[in-house]
Amino acid sequence: MLILGVESSCDETGLALYDSDAGLLAHALHSQVAMHQEYGGVVPELASRDHIRRVIPLAREVLAQAGRELNALDAVAFTEGPGLAGALLVGAAFAKSLAFALGVPAVGIHHLEGHLLSPLLSKRPPAFPFVALLVSGGHTQLMRVTGVGNYELLGETQDDAAGEAFDKTAKLLGLDYPGGPAVSKLAESGRPGRFKLPRPMIGSNDLEFSFSGLKTAVMLLARSQPGDAATHADIARAFQDAVVDVLVAKCMSALQRTSLERLVVAGGVGANRQLRAGLDAAAARQGFEVFYPELELCTDNGAMIAFAAALRWKGGLPKPDTTFSVRPRWELSLAG
Amino acid sequence: MNFAAIETATEWCSVALWRDGEILSLERRAGNRQGEFVLPMLETLFRRANLGMADLDAIAFGAGPGAFTGLRIACGVAQGLAFSRNLPVIGVSTLEATAEESGAARVVVALDARMHEVYYSAYEKRDGGWLAALPETCVAPEMAEIPPGAGWIGCGNGFSVYADRLGPRLAGRLERIAPELRPSASAVARLAAPRLAAGEGLDAALATPHYIRDKIALTSSEQGKGK
Ligand SMILES: Nc1ncnc2c1ncn2[C@@H]1O[C@H](COP(=O)(O)OP(=O)(O)OP(=O)(O)O)[C@@H](O)[C@H]1O
Repeated sequence: MLILGVESSCDETGLALYDSDAGLLAHALHSQVAMHQEYGGVVPELASRDHIRRVIPLAREVLAQAGRELNALDAVAFTEGPGLAGALLVGAAFAKSLAFALGVPAVGIHHLEGHLLSPLLSKRPPAFPFVALLVSGGHTQLMRVTGVGNYELLGETQDDAAGEAFDKTAKLLGLDYPGGPAVSKLAESGRPGRFKLPRPMIGSNDLEFSFSGLKTAVMLLARSQPGDAATHADIARAFQDAVVDVLVAKCMSALQRTSLERLVVAGGVGANRQLRAGLDAAAARQGFEVFYPELELCTDNGAMIAFAAALRWKGGLPKPDTTFSVRPRWELSLAG
Repeated sequence: MNFAAIETATEWCSVALWRDGEILSLERRAGNRQGEFVLPMLETLFRRANLGMADLDAIAFGAGPGAFTGLRIACGVAQGLAFSRNLPVIGVSTLEATAEESGAARVVVALDARMHEVYYSAYEKRDGGWLAALPETCVAPEMAEIPPGAGWIGCGNGFSVYADRLGPRLAGRLERIAPELRPSASAVARLAAPRLAAGEGLDAALATPHYIRDKIALTSSEQGKGK
């Protein structure tokens, strides 16, 4: 089964070709980061305007890379939600119309399902069941995953997502958008222990998160300290230590509560090196296994969308349905 | 020549098939739910015309100006359809398509652009085609450029939504108004046909909406200045 995947939920246009026999054949991405940088964050209308310029060139790129023709496609998969409505609609309109013209089905995929199944695309794929930690710019969730389409929410953030906390901290420290990679780079040169920030909800007897207080604590700390580079690095380090501690503690707690042995990490923050080191160390101590997607598939991409569709429709594709709509807000547990 | 045309710049969803000079069309009010209707409507037209994608030579779409999301639905659908068979695509001005609907010879078009503005232009019929008498703009009704001479027909919902401001502004120039006229896919098809025949169709990747309203956000430094 050959599937073209189209991701356009936020500020990345991703196209990919996945073959259920041969695996991932090609994927191509255009990131709008540079365009939004000037505005200090994603401008939804500009994101939509850019997606529509990128989709066809990227589609051509993956077809050429894979050496396949359009008429070999069995389906087109697109991100139906959650995400920015206008951005999602670009992908949906293109995917549905292309599929209609080719006489194949177009299937809508939940963006987070794409993320959380993406580690199965790696060289060392996890087996079901597992606990999934989804940490991205828009989400911080722990899920129990017992199979494709079986996702149970165990806990999630009550306010900001972890990636959002990274981005806001970056802004406070005068770093460019998107802040995650910048804060994490700065933190690597920071000294641990000079500042101590709170670890919100680390002791709460549940799997919920909260990161908005941490952002405020960073703001107060930055204000009370000199603005030299070393101090900023130490603040970044204190911030990252706090986030990583909370994420690691909640993951370990989720594994214990569910009696599961495998943890799967997905989403942009999953690229964070200190988080990976912290999870690996804690897991080794407690006898769990941790799985990550390939680094290039941590952030939004079309490969995970094509792949999720291939898994979901393994037993046979649905009949073509030519209506399209998107779901900017969509609970993953309801997508099963 | 056969081609499909799509126009979704307003709250209407309108599709048409051009079959060797004959037009079949369908339209319905869709609010912002054009995605639910546009392809099924096209399917219906294909069935009625006994045509399929393999019979098409091109895709035309209403490129705007209009509701941003609607423009992207028309453009995205045109891209998806055209890309499947490497067909040429042509974008037609939504304002010109509104003028085309009028059947008149001198037309001022004003479509509600929200935020107290209209998408605005004027066209004159010359040698069977439309000549722009004013440039397409997005403008406050009371600032709209006044077309030369008299005998103009005012078309588009801008003439009802901003009747109190456009009316006085264009006093003496308008022969009558027709606010109920709106852009349609069949008008898009009529305008597209000669251009496609002249080889003006573009590669699908180059199909793009014509937004006119382009300043939609402030950069960080502009935000700083505003404070
Ligand atoms: N090395 C890193 N360390 C920490 N955060 C990072 C790192 N790399 C990326 N991020 C953060 O990951 C987020 C982007 O991830 P991703 O693209 O998966 O999510 P999104 O598209 O913003 O949100 P969602 O997928 O929930 O809609 C941003 O908040 C970014 O700052």
